[in-house]
Amino acid sequence: MKSILHLTLTPILALALGACSSGPQPQEQAANYPEPVFTAKRLLPPEKDNLDDLTPVYDPWEGMNKRIYNFNYHFDKAVFLPVVRGYETVVPQVGRTGISNFFNNFDDLLTALNSALQLKPKKFFQSTGRVIVNSTVGLFGLVDVASAMEIPRPMEDFGQTLGFWGVGQGPYLVIPFLGPSNLRDGLGKLPDTYVQSTVRSELLSDPVDLTTTLLYPIDARANTSFRYYENGSAFEYQMVRWLYSTKRKLDVDQ
Amino acid sequence: MPTSSTPRGRVGIQVRITKTIQQIMAGLCALLFASLTFAAVTTVANYDYPIKDRFAATVVGTPEEYQATLPKDIPFKGRSIVIFPERVTPDVFFYGHELLYSVALQDDEAPLIFLIAGTGASHNGSKNTNMARAFYQAGFHVVSISSPTYNNFVIAASKTGVVGHAERDAEDIYRVFEMIWAELEDKIRVSSFNVTGYSLGAFNAAFVSKLDEERKAFNFKRVLLINPPVSLYNSISLLDRMTQDIPGGVNNFDKFVDKLMRAYTSTYEDSADAGGEDFLYKTYKALNLQDEELAALIGTSFRVSSASLVFTSDVMADYGYIKPKGLVLNRYSNLQTYNDVSLRLGFTDYYHEFFYPYYKAEYPSMTRDEFISSMSLTSIEGYLKNSKKITMMGNADDVILEPGEIEFFPRVFGDRATIYPYGGHCGNMDYRDNVAHMIATFTEGGMQ
Repeated sequence: MKSILHLTLTPILALALGACSSGPQPQEQAANYPEPVFTAKRLLPPEKDNLDDLTPVYDPWEGMNKRIYNFNYHFDKAVFLPVVRGYETVVPQVGRTGISNFFNNFDDLLTALNSALQLKPKKFFQSTGRVIVNSTVGLFGLVDVASAMEIPRPMEDFGQTLGFWGVGQGPYLVIPFLGPSNLRDGLGKLPDTYVQSTVRSELLSDPVDLTTTLLYPIDARANTSFRYYENGSAFEYQMVRWLYSTKRKLDVDQ
Repeated sequence: MPTSSTPRGRVGIQVRITKTIQQIMAGLCALLFASLTFAAVTTVANYDYPIKDRFAATVVGTPEEYQATLPKDIPFKGRSIVIFPERVTPDVFFYGHELLYSVALQDDEAPLIFLIAGTGASHNGSKNTNMARAFYQAGFHVVSISSPTYNNFVIAASKTGVVGHAERDAEDIYRVFEMIWAELEDKIRVSSFNVTGYSLGAFNAAFVSKLDEERKAFNFKRVLLINPPVSLYNSISLLDRMTQDIPGGVNNFDKFVDKLMRAYTSTYEDSADAGGEDFLYKTYKALNLQDEELAALIGTSFRVSSASLVFTSDVMADYGYIKPKGLVLNRYSNLQTYNDVSLRLGFTDYYHEFFYPYYKAEYPSMTRDEFISSMSLTSIEGYLKNSKKITMMGNADDVILEPGEIEFFPRVFGDRATIYPYGGHCGNMDYRDNVAHMIATFTEGGMQ
């Protein structure tokens, strides 16, 4: 689930905003306003007339998605980030790293399962090796011994597994609280979450399990540098949509 | 031209000689051009910044092992301030009513330095953050602000919304400095005020310093300009032209970026590595990018910034540049067409079709060209020449300067100009010698 928040807004990715290069006309344009100096008709090449075909990300639910995006921004600002700040104040860095490692260990388990489902032996052995080393020597995953041993950390989830077997991304979807996704990856979360929570509740006593369930989203947010409306783009919704979809496409291709 | 009767061998020799002469001529021209561009200024000797290609330096920056060692954890905290309480922020920019900035404050009395970011960059972007680390470590209070061309600044702090105007931007920045200082005044003790900026932020700093001579709110002690443009229009034209290096032109934006992204992801095994400290450098080395492609990248990056700026300005001023005048957009409006259109417009288009028409009533005696070219450091040359507190550091191979433009600095600043032989545009800002130079500029003669 961390991967959904895992938008790496690296400079090169940010350049990619350019690829949001077409889309439907705003309906408002049809109204009786004077024509601006530069219009789509004047600037966009004629072959891009059929804008729907060229919309870089299929987003038929844009109206709903934008409302959820807006809700997520307010939730992030009013609840999520303040909680994360409190967490960072109360729990020292060494503790937070341990908690991150602990959750990463469960993510590695999912990677192992999904690598198996995609018949990718290298990634399967890498992630399985990580889980074994970190769960034992690494004290239930609190210490990331595997990374110290330079075992690579691949990431595979069920959305990628579906993608590997040919399932397309489907419509873009902004999920309440979680953020950008698409129909395929959103549905893919269900088995991933089910497996993780089942394994956790089998292994942990009830109060510990409850604590981890509460800590999981806080840890995920604390490790995500993305801040709403702080990247300088006036076109953030499109940019995030394009970045997410492109990243997932590349993840599946790996 | 050889005739048909000429023996074959001689033709071969003649062709070869002609080719050799052509090569020599080409070589001479290149040398001549190079000497015009670079060698006319005295540059810093014994300079070991590792990337000698001007475009690569601009894109890649400084590899980690060459960077100055700076503390990772400084109390560099985000703040916000309302600049225009009366302003009704358009709903489409509902998030931008407050200006965001950052501070890193010392406990004891210390000099304060204002940092102004470059085009489209924010108060907490990587360049300002690294400068903040360096100055905080050196004992300064740091106040970092975004560029006046940054979306949030245009919405929250630009009086007109139509930015890129040397004096108006300086007034906006000065207002922001004064209002931030009013909030800090009771909390910290300050021994002197100083200002620096890189790229457009350096250009801004020069005009802010000049304004301070009249307003005297800060009486800046020292001012450092890092990689400033000379003429805004010249630099913008150069950057606009770089988008023409995109294979197939701007309409193939998507394909070009897609290709780069694929090549880039093939360079790492583990997606968690993406965005690591040295990933740009690794990518650059792995991809073996050519200068045209690097230029295309720089142009693309600039275009993405300018597209956002142009749309923001158009909404704030309701000018009717790409959005129909009078049309009110809200937070749910579909902005795709504006995104598409703005990405296809150069910053030079903005200057001609929006910026000049917007301001021309105030400058009735100036032609369009005169007005546009007045947005230049040459317009305050006398001030820069005589103002000993202002120093500059630049690179002989800066990609945003026209050939020969670099000479402006030694001519006007004299020994207050330091020109490094390499670094492209701002590529060497994190290099250890440059960081040491930045700090020394403000600490020479003791910290006060």
